[in-house]
Amino acid sequence: MTVTPAVEGWFTTGPDPALVGSRCVTCGTVFFPRTAGFCRNPACDGETFEDTELSRHGTVWSYTDAQYQPPPPYIPRSEPYEPFALAAVELPEGLVVLGQVADGYGVGDLRVGAEVELVVETLYVDETGDRTIWRWKPVTEMGEETDQ
Amino acid sequence: MSAHDVAVAGVGMHPWGKWGKNFVTYGVHAARAALADSGIAWPDVDLVVGGETVRNGYGGYVAGATFAQALGWNGARVATSYAACATGAQALDTARARILAGMCEVALVVGADTTPKGFLAPNAGERWDDPDWLRFRLLGMTNPAYFALYARRRMDLYGATQEDFARVKVKNAKHGLENPNARYRKEVSVEDVLTSAVVSDPLHLLDICATSDGAAAVVLTSVEYAQKHGLAGPVRINAISTVTPTFPNTVMDMPNLSTDSSLVVGAPEHTFKESIALAAYEEAGIDPADVGVAEVYDLSTALELDWIEDLALCKRGEAESLLRAGDTTLGGRIPVNPSGGLACFGEAVPAQALAQVCEITWQLRGQATGRQVEGARVGITANQGLFGHGSSVLLSR
Repeated sequence: MTVTPAVEGWFTTGPDPALVGSRCVTCGTVFFPRTAGFCRNPACDGETFEDTELSRHGTVWSYTDAQYQPPPPYIPRSEPYEPFALAAVELPEGLVVLGQVADGYGVGDLRVGAEVELVVETLYVDETGDRTIWRWKPVTEMGEETDQ
Repeated sequence: MSAHDVAVAGVGMHPWGKWGKNFVTYGVHAARAALADSGIAWPDVDLVVGGETVRNGYGGYVAGATFAQALGWNGARVATSYAACATGAQALDTARARILAGMCEVALVVGADTTPKGFLAPNAGERWDDPDWLRFRLLGMTNPAYFALYARRRMDLYGATQEDFARVKVKNAKHGLENPNARYRKEVSVEDVLTSAVVSDPLHLLDICATSDGAAAVVLTSVEYAQKHGLAGPVRINAISTVTPTFPNTVMDMPNLSTDSSLVVGAPEHTFKESIALAAYEEAGIDPADVGVAEVYDLSTALELDWIEDLALCKRGEAESLLRAGDTTLGGRIPVNPSGGLACFGEAVPAQALAQVCEITWQLRGQATGRQVEGARVGITANQGLFGHGSSVLLSR
């Protein structure tokens, strides 16, 4: 059994995982997910892109959760279904990226403007083993946990 | 009133619901109702524009021809439009363009759908380059989850509460009570909403619109044709906006997994939804202050509040104040969704933007029995669909 990303080439793994986007070499605009072909900046006719790792930290643009099991092609990880949280996160690269929220955290741990960091966790398990995905994990400020 | 006006000669609908029939049945019912309302005979129609439905096989892909054949081939030109939730408005715009170009006198525009129960899911098959498939596969991101992101922002940024969202449902449920085309005609309390199951926090089941079967049709003519055929003082369409976003689109839109980056090219002055309405106001030369009634796309209760601001009916962050003051209720300053909105109808995608136009037409004619906005002279519609589609139609009498 192996651990492989649920989608190839969208993020790096290892101790400091990061999303992989594309940077247009002509105008510098960053896109995620990765893109090829034509730059979508209307003032740019660039057709060449280089891979670029996006910042691992961002701020919450908004958040919610999925109390009901989403329909296919979503593959639930557990039976019975366990709800999970979702966040849209603003990155220093000037874009907002959706993601599930890390295991163990819910909407009560989030607020608009709060800091989160990128982690990689298991999305579901298939015949090959764990299939992983990027997730947003709330950054707990120093001392906050002991205060509670 | 401008050289770009066209006349709404007739409107008609098939009631929304779950009727278990073919979409063609609904569409023809609505088309015949609109033709009867206009007093124009089917053989005099020289253009049919259908709103495509993606859930009804080949007949749905060529909806314009499907309706034309069902009504009995009359030799009319035909077109079919698809623009997700804005389909009906794009179909209407196609008809308007041909009329204004002098290439057509009477156009029949029809949208009809049957819709499955539950979450709207993407088409079958593995599609690793389709964001509408990827958002389900990689994130489990349903439509209500996107609506919930917008709702939560209102709470954290403007102090909206779940009670506010529930009040939108209460208002729309009351508006729709007397509407014969509405599917849900029952009063709902704030408590009913707040005790219904949470689907995607902060939205409850009763904050989110259902999916329905339904159909709507509009007969459009040139202003000259209307005058020549004795249609006195018809409602006119003054503007149809179907603008696309301007790069970079910095608001998270369904079904995307990300927004454009605003680092190299700065964010435009107006968000996409603001620009949809702005284009309609500019095209019509009408000021938001002149609008007396609005039909907006309340896929969720909270989205109605977003739309009120996007239509410039109040400043950003003030929609809750309007709601709480009763301004958006029938009898208030600017009634919103007097039809009952999607809260009472449920969504029938290719019919919905046309249904909004039907309602505004009835309102401006003073025919909206039991839900009439007194003295309304100008009405506006608004909606947004997947993949950069949206629409706003301005009508006046």
